[in-house]
Amino acid sequence: MEKLKLVEATQLKTGLPDFHPGDTINVHVRVIEGDKERVQQFQGVVIARHGAGMNATFTVRKISDGVGVERIFPLHSPRLAKIERVKEGSVRRAKLYYLRELASKAIRQKTT
Amino acid sequence: MTGILGKKLGMTSIFDDAGQVIPCTVIEAGPCYVTQIKTVDRDGYEAVQIGFGERKERTVTKPLRGHFAHANVKPVRLVKEFRGNGVSDVQPGQEITVDRVFTKGDIVKVVGTSKGKGFQGVVRRHHFGGGARTHGQSDRQRAPGSIGSSSYPSRVFRGQRMAGRMGGEQITVRNLTVVGVIPDSNLLLIKGSVPGAINGYLEIHKLKSHQ
Repeated sequence: MEKLKLVEATQLKTGLPDFHPGDTINVHVRVIEGDKERVQQFQGVVIARHGAGMNATFTVRKISDGVGVERIFPLHSPRLAKIERVKEGSVRRAKLYYLRELASKAIRQKTT
Repeated sequence: MTGILGKKLGMTSIFDDAGQVIPCTVIEAGPCYVTQIKTVDRDGYEAVQIGFGERKERTVTKPLRGHFAHANVKPVRLVKEFRGNGVSDVQPGQEITVDRVFTKGDIVKVVGTSKGKGFQGVVRRHHFGGGARTHGQSDRQRAPGSIGSSSYPSRVFRGQRMAGRMGGEQITVRNLTVVGVIPDSNLLLIKGSVPGAINGYLEIHKLKSHQ
């Protein structure tokens, strides 16, 4: 079991910011197009954190042109250049799936 | 050498160079010790016999003890032969480490003993469809159905699939990729799953077609 962790340890990132469901974060994603690489930003509310160790992921939800968009990122993915916490939220649930049913104004009220 | 012995430690995932997640099995592969070398002259075929795993001295039978002493190796849990070329570059008693046999990108086959499932019915064991759930049926949902004709042949044909013990048998999975070798801790990372439970012993062979 310890040896299994040894494998994971080489892959885990250090210095990740402390963020929780309800927080608004800005994720800098490395996008590879052909042979070029650029950084794309995805800003939204963290609605879930899932898993531990190498399998940890988090879900970010934003409203883009009136359409709800959710992305699930592996926390330790090398494709994530940076994670910034924009705003701290205050919620009473670990999984905020109920935000999907709410309008953006209600989401603002719920997460502050 | 064309293969190595190991022990399954469990599964995890890693990221490749492109940032893609790869599910992989971590295997503690080696160090193995050469216990015997078989030659065409003496045995009729070429093979290297290697051993893996720790074993208490008192649990080893006398014939095996002599066999190990002959090769000058400590008693090992598992002894297997690997046929094929590469016989000339090893000596009895020599240590075989994982980085000597495999490199990242190799295509391998893994042989192991599957998890025992106990006594299972035909639906689980042979993927039978079972019976109808409606139309007035009773006690027929997972039944095997007919197992043959009547007065001719007046017997059940050999090999008729029925309920019974499932699992705990040798399984080979081919065309798996080595995604990492960590020589310091004798670890081998293989993409995907391999047969057997955690702590189960495995044979890892280089595929002939890819050697």
